[in-house]
Amino acid sequence: MPDGQMNFKDEIQLVVFSVGKEEYGLDISQVQEINRLLPITRVPRAPACIEGVINLRGDVVPVMNLHSRLGLGMRTDTDRTRIVITQVQGISVGLIVDEVLEVLSLRSSTIEPPAMTGISNTGYLQGIGKIEGRLLLLLDLVSLLDLKESDETVA
Amino acid sequence: MDLSQYMDLFLAEAKEHLESLDENLLKLEGNPEDGEVLNEIFRSAHTLKGMAATMGFEQITELTHEMESSLALLKEGRLHVTPELFDVLLRCVDTLDAMIQDAKSNGEQPYLSSLISELRGISKLGANAPDLSSSQPEQSSSKPLEFNEHEILVLKAAENSQYQAYCIKIGLAPNTVMKSVRVFMVFQNLEEYGQIIKCQPPVQDLEEERFGDSFEVVFVSQTPRETISKALEKIAEVQVLSMQELNSTNFDNQKAFQQAKTEAPGSNQASSPTSRVGRTLRTVRVDIERLDNLMNLVGELVINKIRLEQIGQTHRITDLLEAIEQMGRLTTDLQSLVMKVRMVPIEQVFNRFPRTVRDLAREMGKDVQFMIEGKETELDRTVIDEIGDPLVHLIRNAIDHGIECPEERVEAGKAKTATLRLAAYHEGNNVIIEVEDDGRGMDLDKIRTRAINKGFFTEKEGEYLDDAAVLKVIFQPGFSTADVVTDISGRGVGLDVVKSTIESLNGSIEIDTKKKAGTKIKISLPLTLAIIQALLVSVGGELYAIPLSSIDETTSILPGQIKTMQNQEIMLLRGAVLPLVRLHHLLEVPPVTSEENEELYVVVVRKGERRIGLVVDLLVGQQEIVIKTLGKLLTGIPGIAGATILGSGEVSLILDINSLF
Repeated sequence: MPDGQMNFKDEIQLVVFSVGKEEYGLDISQVQEINRLLPITRVPRAPACIEGVINLRGDVVPVMNLHSRLGLGMRTDTDRTRIVITQVQGISVGLIVDEVLEVLSLRSSTIEPPAMTGISNTGYLQGIGKIEGRLLLLLDLVSLLDLKESDETVA
Repeated sequence: MDLSQYMDLFLAEAKEHLESLDENLLKLEGNPEDGEVLNEIFRSAHTLKGMAATMGFEQITELTHEMESSLALLKEGRLHVTPELFDVLLRCVDTLDAMIQDAKSNGEQPYLSSLISELRGISKLGANAPDLSSSQPEQSSSKPLEFNEHEILVLKAAENSQYQAYCIKIGLAPNTVMKSVRVFMVFQNLEEYGQIIKCQPPVQDLEEERFGDSFEVVFVSQTPRETISKALEKIAEVQVLSMQELNSTNFDNQKAFQQAKTEAPGSNQASSPTSRVGRTLRTVRVDIERLDNLMNLVGELVINKIRLEQIGQTHRITDLLEAIEQMGRLTTDLQSLVMKVRMVPIEQVFNRFPRTVRDLAREMGKDVQFMIEGKETELDRTVIDEIGDPLVHLIRNAIDHGIECPEERVEAGKAKTATLRLAAYHEGNNVIIEVEDDGRGMDLDKIRTRAINKGFFTEKEGEYLDDAAVLKVIFQPGFSTADVVTDISGRGVGLDVVKSTIESLNGSIEIDTKKKAGTKIKISLPLTLAIIQALLVSVGGELYAIPLSSIDETTSILPGQIKTMQNQEIMLLRGAVLPLVRLHHLLEVPPVTSEENEELYVVVVRKGERRIGLVVDLLVGQQEIVIKTLGKLLTGIPGIAGATILGSGEVSLILDINSLF
């Protein structure tokens, strides 16, 4: 939960969720809402990580399987599985996550740029935040949605 | 001095003053002795005059000046409050309103002079004979009937739809008590048969019994006159004194009469005042966004109607089904009405092209005759907004690359003047736009070579690809850069952009070209973008919608009847070979085991000239669907035109037959 402190400029608010065993964070300004898992209609010929589209109160919104996008293996649905509806550059997309954990504030100074960590394939990461011994992988939504480089499964 | 920055301010303030004028004039008419209101009116008119003069709107200034003069006479008591004076003053306010609306264009207002002279006439009359005009024309039932512009319109409309207009003079027996009740009954009886357009004296006077023994009613109806007069005579103490049939000559005379009255000596601009006012009364400007919202709401309504239908069918509730059927008709009407409201003639786009063509032709030294056909063809507003740029592209290409110089044309034995034709027409549920030139056409061999060089296909492929397939390559992004295109005498500056724009509108584009004879580009666009008729099919448990517009027919087949020809599955349909495509494979639907002798369904679709049978598991049914986009992330998936939300809330994808294979 937000830690009651004053929001300094150098703090960002994150929605934290888990995908597989990892914890990810997304800038709260990019999150529109969080939904339970809704029926998903598969879209043939779509990139593999796009699981399909959902009916979000009359709007058709694509949903992305983060497991597959982040290369984290198969996803199993549970009671805690959520669709995080995000919005960036006028594009709405739902991200399927295993569990939404909390909303917290993070000091920018505690965020390390991904390149410093020596982990490869970090294109979709904005940085890595450290808080009380936990590691939060901060997603860069824009590059996450840039599907062209991710896979060309379209026949 | 640039006054444009003050324009908005002027418009807003002027509007306020007009509203106050309108309100206070009505107040003053009700209470002629109220000097305070008169002063208020005077101030408003004066301020308006000052503002208009500052902004340089001479005609507004002139009109307000005249109003001011009349008001001054009123103030001095040399003119008295009469309904006639107020008619004119109120009309001045209306005119001012219209003028301020057009103030930006500041066009000529030819109807001003008549209004001003009318105002002057009344003022003069009043000023010359101050005490005579003060009597209220309360007992005016003997006056001949006059129709205002609106009433004439209604009467004409009624006449056009086979209604007969009557002027009925109704008498009450002398010393009738409760006259207003008789009037009420007369109105009630009449309204059973038609519509009352006007009565003289006005309704309010009738209701307050401020009339003599008779009054007149103008009434339109399809009922024979005998029935009407019988219905009236049934009422005690009521008598039909006369019943005169009115037809358009009556109102036209009336109109002419009214105009003649309006026209003061020295002015002869006859028809503009009335027609102008008539038109402003009948149209409304609406923000396109509101229409879009309306459209969305209608879309939601359709979805809900379908949902109700499903409930009715599941539970077999006959009453509900009947009610839904009724509602279905209403929603269909509503839908087509909203559609129509959004339709705009394509001339809006076409009208700018003659100039474009002229300029381009001059610039490039070509001799071009430009022909436009079917510019009255209507299209959805959204399409109109989008179609302009692609058309400019095509026209530019035609003049730049397609059409030869005059000398070259003469050498080739063609007419010196080239013809460029832009045509629009309806074809089924589509609107077709054609851009056709009689220029040099495209050189397919060169395109072929170019495509091979650019790596769009291999040399081998190039050999056996047919012309149509080769032509497709010019729509590929990156195929053409301007210099290359000029080289190969084709076109293609941004043709990929043209194609994607058209496709984003659910349309398609085709090229027909003959070397040395010219090129025809045919764009096909759907009439509406929002709601279509579709067939729902089930494929391996998934539901897909196929637009009815691309379906020829449906049929069924047993798996055993499917034959193969060169490894391609086919069936015989009334003796003709129909290639079959399994939608499962095309859409990568997870396989579901099916019995060998289970019946399959075939949806015969059209793609250009070809007919193809799509094999599906089940035909679910035909229904209206509301097209929704898949969003930016998923645009351009071949074969998927969009999505729709079914009555169950489930999302179903709409197939785009053109790009499916």
